[in-house]
Amino acid sequence: MNPIIKEITANQLKTNIPQFRVGDGVRVHTKVREGDKERIQIFSGVVIARKGGGIQETFAVRRISYGEGVERVFPVNSPNIEKIEVEKHSVPMRARLYYLRGREGKAAMAVRVRRNDKA
Amino acid sequence: MITTLLGKKLGMTQVYDAQNVLVPVTVVEAGPCPVVQVKTTETDGYNAVQLGFNQKKAKNASKAEAAHAKKAGLEETPRVLSEIRLDAAPELKVGDIVKVDIFKEGQIIDVIGITKGKGFQGVVRRFRVAGGVSSHGSMFHRRIGSVGMRQTPGRVWKNQKMPGHMGNVRRTVQNLTVVKIIAEKNLILVKGAIPGANGDDVIVRTAIKGQPRAAAK
Repeated sequence: MNPIIKEITANQLKTNIPQFRVGDGVRVHTKVREGDKERIQIFSGVVIARKGGGIQETFAVRRISYGEGVERVFPVNSPNIEKIEVEKHSVPMRARLYYLRGREGKAAMAVRVRRNDKA
Repeated sequence: MITTLLGKKLGMTQVYDAQNVLVPVTVVEAGPCPVVQVKTTETDGYNAVQLGFNQKKAKNASKAEAAHAKKAGLEETPRVLSEIRLDAAPELKVGDIVKVDIFKEGQIIDVIGITKGKGFQGVVRRFRVAGGVSSHGSMFHRRIGSVGMRQTPGRVWKNQKMPGHMGNVRRTVQNLTVVKIIAEKNLILVKGAIPGANGDDVIVRTAIKGQPRAAAK
């Protein structure tokens, strides 16, 4: 990448992003603007993908809302994200947890302990 | 008033604007452009200024080029020289330097550049002709098909879409928004894409459309 372009985006990157990985349960605090009022909305679920790098990095969160699967993709460095809380960790055996889309109930939990770690 | 600058396309990225929306931008290094020559109706029959941009190594500059630059008081020979036509007699003098501060953030601009060359291309790529089906015994895949009628008119119409060279032509993209100007680095962030490869020379000017009409003389 051109060093000048890198510099332009560098000051837009957040430094206070908590460490979270695919499979983690997160609560994403997003700013929602309604008219001239601003409030915080929380979207909690499982991180099923994390893509891209730098300013383009995004992560996808999946949750079951009223029996219906909902997915939202957030830019990691978006100023509209107030904070990200990591609730629980898990060790999935995939980089992208798209297989959760076909599952319901308990099977849709992302927690999968690696076979080696079981003992 | 001059509203044109010479520059170089550096590449694309994304930035957040004031509304926290991620906007795709092209980074253009524009100027500083020294005025190398001034043309007026009295001397040349028309009004224009010649702008320079970037520098050439002394060994690559011809004697004529080097002397032309020296006459304008420049130590190094500009790599790019371009003439900008003006309506009125130029207020600028030889040796003045035009910088990105002629543009404002939020302003509408046009960007002129040479598109990437694509070589000799068929009609499907070049003109987005649909082409034929790939299977079911079809022997007509990406061909051009019929180019005309019969004895009348007995010739191929003008502008018939045919294979040929694609790209590498001068194109203007109009009405792009200036997202940000970084004056100390001579950079303009333009919303959207502009013609050419990264590193190619471009011309940035105030958009011709959407400007308050100049008072009729």
